[in-house]
Amino acid sequence: MINWLAVMIAMAACLVIIIVRIFIGPGAPTRLVAFDTANTLVVTSLVILAMSFNEVVFVDVAIVYALLSFAMTLYVAKYIQGDKF
Amino acid sequence: MEFLITTVVAYLVYLLLTIGSGTVALWSTAELIIGAVLAVVVGAVLRNRFIGKDLRMLNPKRWFIFLVYLFPFVWAMARANIDVAYRVITGRINPAIVKIDPKLKNDMSLTILANSITLTPGTLSVDVRPETNELYVHWINVDPEVLKDMPRDYHPICGSFPDWARRIAG
Amino acid sequence: MTALNVATYVFIGIGLFFNYVGAFGLHRFPDVYTRLHAATKCTTFGSIFLILAVVMQSAGMWAVEGTHSPQSIMTIHSLLALVALMVTNATGAHAMARAAHRSGEKPARAVVDDLEKKEND
Repeated sequence: MINWLAVMIAMAACLVIIIVRIFIGPGAPTRLVAFDTANTLVVTSLVILAMSFNEVVFVDVAIVYALLSFAMTLYVAKYIQGDKF
Repeated sequence: MEFLITTVVAYLVYLLLTIGSGTVALWSTAELIIGAVLAVVVGAVLRNRFIGKDLRMLNPKRWFIFLVYLFPFVWAMARANIDVAYRVITGRINPAIVKIDPKLKNDMSLTILANSITLTPGTLSVDVRPETNELYVHWINVDPEVLKDMPRDYHPICGSFPDWARRIAG
Repeated sequence: MTALNVATYVFIGIGLFFNYVGAFGLHRFPDVYTRLHAATKCTTFGSIFLILAVVMQSAGMWAVEGTHSPQSIMTIHSLLALVALMVTNATGAHAMARAAHRSGEKPARAVVDDLEKKEND
């Protein structure tokens, strides 16, 4: 058996490194980039957790999370570049 | 026609998401019926948004070329990642934003090209000029030879990807 | 089964390595665009390998348990999550780069900036 929880702990450490950049990163665009990276890693972590706990629901959550975070990225990007809604 | 294509695509996506739910082939009867109803609703609402007037991607030959294109694409992606890993470790960068004219005609091929060069070595698409279909590309390691002449040659920047995009959707 | 496990460990190793490269790239590079290079390419590639490792394991269990095992749903939905991730990441990077440039972020240490020239014309 693969030890998926160990992989998950490594992913969590990686997420912490990125979240540090969300807090310190100068300016809104850098924070947005770090946030989008964190979203990608969260989707991957959800798939790994699904395998770890053997729950298919987690993967469905991951799909919806990926699409919603994409919409979030697009709208925040539009806000940063100064478009009217 | 647009309505039909949108409905079929929506139904196929629904069937993929509910695979393994029952015994009629792989699906349950309720899922098949609900999926059909939802697909018709989605097709009616989004028929003018999904594909527009351009029906050239229906040609199966283009899909075949797209599948062939995935092999050089994945190879370029692997090289891109090793390149970025090298630059993260050494910190050697020499960036610029350059304008290229890939000589593509329609939006679909431009979308494929922009997404491809974002994931391939050393380049990131920043902006597009819709009137002339020119792309502005952030290039992480500039070759000074290319910067001399103003209508820039795209081959050193993004290889043969514009040709692939033209073959797929041009 | 053991060959499958070895391949899975190799995929997990590659995936974690590139995810860490992307995470450290966010701290190593000087400006938004170069950070986007690291973030987009490396985390997409790393996530592909990690999800493929999951897919390999669940497909292996699917092959053992037979057609109607719940692992079939796991395999196919993981592949769908992978497709969603690949398509949205590249487009999202494009949107973020454009937003950064329009909000006035200068590319650090840039040799040439054609887009800047266009806005000044």
